[in-house]
Amino acid sequence: MSGAGRRPRVAVVIFPGSNCDRDALAAVELVGGEAVPVWHQSADLAGCTAVILPGGFSYGDYLRAGAMAAHSSVMTAVRRHAADGGPVLGICNGFQMLLEIGLLPGAMLMNRTLRFICRDVHLRVERNDLPLLGHLASGQVLRLPIAHKEGNWFAHPDVMREVEAKGMAALRYCTPTGELDDGANPNGALDAIAGLVNVQGNVLGMMPHPERRMRALLGGEDGAALIRGLVEAA
Amino acid sequence: MKWDAPATVELAREHGLSQKEYERILSDLGRVPNLTELGIFAALWSEHCSYKSSRIHLKKFPMRGPRVVQGPGENAGVVDLGQGWVTVFKMESHNHPSFIEPYQGAATGVGGILRDVFTMGARPVMLLDSLRFGALDASRMTHLVDGVVRGIGDYGNCVGVPTVGGEVDFHPSYNGNILVNAMCVGVARADGIFYGRASGPGNRVVYLGSKTGRDGIHGATMASDVFDESASAKRPTVQVGDPFTEKLLIECCLELMGDGLVVGIQDMGAAGLTSSAFEMAARAGCGLTLDLSKVPARERGMTPYELMLSESQERMVLVVTPDNVAPVLDVCGRWGLDAIEIGTVIPESEVVASFDGRQAFRLPLAPLVDEAPRYERPWVPPVPAAAVTLPKLHDRDWEADLRELLASPVFASSRPIWQQYDQSVGASTVVGPGADAALQLVEGTNIGLAATTDCNALACSLDPFNGAAQAVAEAVRNLACVGAEPIGVTDCLNFGSPENPGIMGQFVAAVDGLAEACRAFEVPVVSGNVSFYNETSGTAIQPTPTVGMVGVVPEVRCRPRSHWQVGDAIYLLGPLEGELGGSRYLQIVLGLEAGPVPGVDYEAERRSAAVARELVRLGLAAAKDLSDGGLAVAAVEMSAGTVGCKLTLPSGVSPVRALFGEWRGGFLLTAPVPLEPALERACHGLPLTRLGIAGGTKLVVAHGRKTVLEVPVAELAALGEKGLGWLYEA
Repeated sequence: MSGAGRRPRVAVVIFPGSNCDRDALAAVELVGGEAVPVWHQSADLAGCTAVILPGGFSYGDYLRAGAMAAHSSVMTAVRRHAADGGPVLGICNGFQMLLEIGLLPGAMLMNRTLRFICRDVHLRVERNDLPLLGHLASGQVLRLPIAHKEGNWFAHPDVMREVEAKGMAALRYCTPTGELDDGANPNGALDAIAGLVNVQGNVLGMMPHPERRMRALLGGEDGAALIRGLVEAA
Repeated sequence: MKWDAPATVELAREHGLSQKEYERILSDLGRVPNLTELGIFAALWSEHCSYKSSRIHLKKFPMRGPRVVQGPGENAGVVDLGQGWVTVFKMESHNHPSFIEPYQGAATGVGGILRDVFTMGARPVMLLDSLRFGALDASRMTHLVDGVVRGIGDYGNCVGVPTVGGEVDFHPSYNGNILVNAMCVGVARADGIFYGRASGPGNRVVYLGSKTGRDGIHGATMASDVFDESASAKRPTVQVGDPFTEKLLIECCLELMGDGLVVGIQDMGAAGLTSSAFEMAARAGCGLTLDLSKVPARERGMTPYELMLSESQERMVLVVTPDNVAPVLDVCGRWGLDAIEIGTVIPESEVVASFDGRQAFRLPLAPLVDEAPRYERPWVPPVPAAAVTLPKLHDRDWEADLRELLASPVFASSRPIWQQYDQSVGASTVVGPGADAALQLVEGTNIGLAATTDCNALACSLDPFNGAAQAVAEAVRNLACVGAEPIGVTDCLNFGSPENPGIMGQFVAAVDGLAEACRAFEVPVVSGNVSFYNETSGTAIQPTPTVGMVGVVPEVRCRPRSHWQVGDAIYLLGPLEGELGGSRYLQIVLGLEAGPVPGVDYEAERRSAAVARELVRLGLAAAKDLSDGGLAVAAVEMSAGTVGCKLTLPSGVSPVRALFGEWRGGFLLTAPVPLEPALERACHGLPLTRLGIAGGTKLVVAHGRKTVLEVPVAELAALGEKGLGWLYEA
């Protein structure tokens, strides 16, 4: 660490109703980034070189999860940042926003139980050739919590073929030993997809919450590698 | 009827006031009140707001202590955590609304308790819920369970406060009156606490939050009446919650307080603008003027009566210096919240309201708040349930008995409930639901903040005094299981009608029991709530004095475990035999709700809890307290349905008392074999028995040389998973 001024600046965008923003800010700081809260009405990203769209219930999830946030003024800057190849991590509600603004394909349905689910899940790392996932091994199994009602990812077969062909599935729900199994899929997501990357590989959306697993005392450190990947890509 | 029509004794009666109370109003005012004034009297003199039947008894609680910053009387209690931090907490009931409309009733119960905590300047960090339902096959009961769980979940999940604990129980006495008690725990810097006081004449009154609608009018008076078959007709008195607005309110209010922009602040809870205006003025020894025409209304044509008594949710009253009004409105505007100046603080002890340019009411504070009626209701001391002659309990099929216990809804796994709650938002949860107590880290520190809710209502119905005292003891043990030392209590006292001397006797005995136990454990009561009239068509609930207890771990060094691991040595700290009176074994297996419920052995409980707490803090042992279902159920819980054990009970003990006896105040302790000497040293001088070793896949219990239990733990755990599993499909 060469002084506070040189730390990579990571924007955590705060929407009305975001509730994982504080956790994301703390997680970024924990791995050595400079966490910068950016208000949803901001026209720019305050000089940040990476972005987190945090979890929560932006606009109460009224209308549809992430739908209103997609129209916030800050999203213009987020889009531009992503188009320039800048790293973006959308967590839970943030993933739902990335679908709404079209940075990632598909849509979220209600969980197949039609209920909010909060529990630990296991995730198989499908891509580790990208900076965002560079701290992980391919096939590695992570244990992270999910907390959502609308995490049942769905896409048209044409879209699904593209997702397959271009390797956009980054994380899949799996058993503790890494096998794909319907019983290990908590919400019914198509192809057990828990996390997606865009074709360029700089935008990652995921339903589980890495920012909640940064310390052993809080149940594990499996989230730290993902947050570190983002900070280092900044 | 027009809002300014003169009141009559009939109208007073319709508002739940007695003839005597109405006569007192006439003499206090020296005139006939108008309808709006009558509504205000009825709300503030309701049992719910005035505590008129309970107040004289609640004085018996210990309320002071070296850590107490603020005791009862404010929106929530405040207790010191050390290192410049304090915790703010309270528990409150939302029973009646939840029975009428479970989803909104439970949701707004959570919303209300959150506001009581953040209005003090604290960030809410934990929610817990103590729930009581009737028999699952009773009318509407699965609908009620499902609605309450969804209501709690949707509200807490959206505002982003983790739900980390609580309890649920089932008994036919709740068939017509379920209980929803919500507890919120917050944290604040010690110098960042705010109070609900309208002080400083000339200061302005600012209304913040949702617009006022016609929902919830008479909520407080409804909560102060018994139910009958027409309960569903009261649905319009249930409020509707908007957790998104609540989340904005939390952030907005914490910002306003953090920037020092408010003088006083309170939410509009029961009795809405009425209670916040009168209580804030009374606490400060000042008065208020209000211009009701300025109150943001959801629909046109709302009258002063409705504006004063609406219980629309997510609304706050702020008191602000004149210079700070503009900056306050700026901050509120940035959070997208409506805020408007509606009045001024005055030196006179009265509230004067205008509407459409003329006076709507003018009421003195004293008769409404400090001099509100107090009753010493007649009461009959309860007779504690005696022992009954039990059948022979020697050579029974213990496995069948254990299976029967575990298959009861009382022992059903609550996972299907809490899996619908966000338990880890805030990234501070060390131990979440499903354990003995919840444990969190205070933001940016390693201070552990623990909380639990406890009440064995079966025991309280048999012996209100001992049952209530036992609830306190159980809470102390539960906190010890996560290494926490108790520092404060909030209570939620749920009873039937106080006008029934028998019920009032239960209440008095339970308060005495709580007071004795809190004194013995040196844990002050800093906030609480009384809910009377929990009865339907003459049938009262089991007395349910719920204890919410908060504890502290000065420095969390390791994560407490609640399960044993293969190879762990298993010890019982405490007596080998418990008592069967008031036990779940008698209730569920033998169908007997019979006493006696023993009193608490405070000295033994204090010593064993202190040792268990220390062992857990140091990571030397995992602890589980022995309570409902005794040793057998504790062992099944510690197995987590995966790792079995082999335990041996000395041949001299009674197997039924050893396996299923309760009230012994002990712990199951487990530790890896190399740590056994340390564990034994720590327990020196206390009753400690090494029962066996964890391992295998079966729960094996020998009585002397005879094996009395041998069951796969997975099968036992599966029995518990079934009980509430239907919630996933409902």
